[in-house]
Amino acid sequence: MNADNPLAVSPATLELYVPEPAARPGDTPDFSHLHIPPAGIVPRPATDAPESSLRELPYQLIRVLDGQGKAVGPWNPKLSAERLRHGLRTMLRTRAFDERMVRLQRTGKTSFYIKSTGEEAIGVAQAFALNRDDMCFTSYRQQGLLFARDWPMVDLICQIFNNRKDRLKGRQLPVLYSAREAGYYSLSGNVGSRFPHAVGWAMASAYKRDSRIASAWIGDGTSAEGDFHYALTFASVYHAPVILNVVNNQWAISTPQAIAGGNEATFASRALGFGLPGLRVDGNDFLAVYAATEWAAERARRNLGATLIELYTYRAAAHSTSDDPSKYRPEGEANAWPLGDPVERLKQHLLGLGEWTEERHTALLAECEEEVRAAVKEAESHGTLHSGDDDLESLFEDVFETMPQHLRDQLDELRSIG
Amino acid sequence: MSSMNMVQALNSAMDVMLTRDPNVLVFGEDVGYFGGVFRCTAGLQAKHGRQRVFDAPIAEGGIVATAVGMGAYGLRPVVEIQFADYILPAFDQLVSEASRLRYRSAGEFWAPITVRSPCGGGIHGGQTHSQSPESIFTHISGLKTVMPSTPYDAKGLLIAAIEDNDPVIFLEPKRLYNGPFDGHHDRPLQPWASHPAGEVPDDYYRIELGKASIVRPGKACTVLTYGTMVHVCLSAVEESGIDAEVIDLRSLFPIDVETITASVARTGRCVIAHEASRTSGFGAELGQLVQEHCFHSLESPIRRVTGWDTPYPHALEWKYFPGPKRVMHALKSVMEN
Ligand SMILES: Cc1ncc(C[n+]2csc(CCOP(=O)(O)OP(=O)(O)O)c2C)c(N)n1
Ligand SMILES: [Mg+2]
Repeated sequence: MNADNPLAVSPATLELYVPEPAARPGDTPDFSHLHIPPAGIVPRPATDAPESSLRELPYQLIRVLDGQGKAVGPWNPKLSAERLRHGLRTMLRTRAFDERMVRLQRTGKTSFYIKSTGEEAIGVAQAFALNRDDMCFTSYRQQGLLFARDWPMVDLICQIFNNRKDRLKGRQLPVLYSAREAGYYSLSGNVGSRFPHAVGWAMASAYKRDSRIASAWIGDGTSAEGDFHYALTFASVYHAPVILNVVNNQWAISTPQAIAGGNEATFASRALGFGLPGLRVDGNDFLAVYAATEWAAERARRNLGATLIELYTYRAAAHSTSDDPSKYRPEGEANAWPLGDPVERLKQHLLGLGEWTEERHTALLAECEEEVRAAVKEAESHGTLHSGDDDLESLFEDVFETMPQHLRDQLDELRSIG
Repeated sequence: MSSMNMVQALNSAMDVMLTRDPNVLVFGEDVGYFGGVFRCTAGLQAKHGRQRVFDAPIAEGGIVATAVGMGAYGLRPVVEIQFADYILPAFDQLVSEASRLRYRSAGEFWAPITVRSPCGGGIHGGQTHSQSPESIFTHISGLKTVMPSTPYDAKGLLIAAIEDNDPVIFLEPKRLYNGPFDGHHDRPLQPWASHPAGEVPDDYYRIELGKASIVRPGKACTVLTYGTMVHVCLSAVEESGIDAEVIDLRSLFPIDVETITASVARTGRCVIAHEASRTSGFGAELGQLVQEHCFHSLESPIRRVTGWDTPYPHALEWKYFPGPKRVMHALKSVMEN
């Protein structure tokens, strides 16, 4: 007891708290603790609404597609049936590509791959809502963006195979692409480090009185890195024309989103302390993802600064081909995910509109598989990981703009000694 | 005694220390329930509880910083950084905080932390899952830097590192986790079970930091090396037929100057081998130590075998890796003069 302070109580014994997910292997998947509000109930403010009027949004969940696949509420972007079919097709191309690449990794044609299964609406719908020349700083799980921008599959497979036509000269792990012409920034193996680059790029675009904006993606887990906080701070201070996306797919390898703070507050709510709008969106709802991104893009283009978007989704596949999720999460958790599958939901919507049929869907699946098969065949004609077309000089190029003498000497050493 | 690979030996070291000392905690990305992406902490959470072995947010700077704070309280945290390449976001916490806390507080506070991290290439990891950053730590006063090359050493050194009252960077050559990889990537890997240093005591033992090990005695020249390159050098020495003495430094700082200089004084020739890139690599420090202490015994210039001064490439990883051929070439060239 503190005699000087009558309000002091004898302290409880402190205890270290360490969160755990609701279910682990052997348990029944359990998402009963999630609060999933119905579609259509979140109001859509004007894109120039002051931040002070937007502070409820980070704790809501923007949803357009309801349980029957009907588009409801003010966030419905009212896309044409043509655009919707294009979106569906692009998600299916992404999915077919992912499936095939994992199979190729199993046969040793490449060393590594990362799928985006269950998260295709994110890369694809967001690319649809952005302009083709807006600059994207993705993580390794938004490959759908490249398909949405019609980047050639063959080019990506050549990178995955590290073959003669790999524009990155075999230097990078598969999927750590770079495609400047597609507005797709070079990926590093370090997670998070690109997130503030997007803000710097956006500041530069504003400085140059350009009209292009930037968009960046980070995982729930990676939002714990300092890079996330750098990005929000600079974006807020300089009103940078950038969209900052947190893809909350519930897991970071084996680590539940609670370990990134997701049980204490929503990721979207991180925006509040920076005076930025924060939107929380059903990431498996193509229309909601499109609408939120379009809203944030319009706001940025109007010189009103950055928006933080949390895309609420589920990582349906393993983290990568090096991972085995059965070791840390219950079987069937993806199927229990209450927000369903983005492909199925958009398909159901199109069927409901009378703009799609099961026959066309089956034909489209086959068409996507055929496209990937043909692309693999063409890429393979340029070699695979172990075809041994070693361009030794390329190992030493691009360290600097011009190769310094000591690297020339080391190249000679490699050539003469091995 | 049990037959252990390096992963099991490291796990056993942490298990022993968690059991002996309630102030030991283990945390890092994916180390809790899952037991680490390389499985080094498998089973430890189940055995010692969630408050002692747990997952950390993906924030390497935060992991090291909170470990420093726990150390200041009096705990002995052992943190895992998932890949040595990802220590860099924690660099400031190591260089400006952990390493200097004792000095700047004149001994009022200190950071008895151990930072474990898998390093080195040879697993097709590309440029950010392959690096060997040891020399950026040996450059920092106040940090100790250790790299084992066998399961036996890994356990004894890790226990000594955890018990040390100063911060220790404990780098684990991931290519050695499952066997003594000798650089012949086209041959099947021998498991640790068929290697004498794969026999590991189940209980507590220490290997003092700062003691090198002569893994192959010889008279013709001295090979100074550590980590994966120990096994690469041993195989190169056998193939070359040169009677070289191979010294596994095990601890880079503190460094066993005595063992190094006694050997070079005997042999008069020296090859230094590490996987990290060359310029300002730890080999530069070793070469200078040898020059200072053994100048009058040297009969030929000291040779370095290292990775190139480039990022670690993905497809051409074996052209980067300083394999047995390059070691043999250096051995022959120091013997020529
Ligand atoms: C700086 C850094 N630390 C750790 C890693 C290892 N790592 C790669 S992916 C990953 C998990 C990322 O999870 P999240 O941000 O949720 O993205 P997701 O994989 O779920 O899309 C980790 C820890 C890394 N690549 N870079
Ligand atoms: Mg995640």
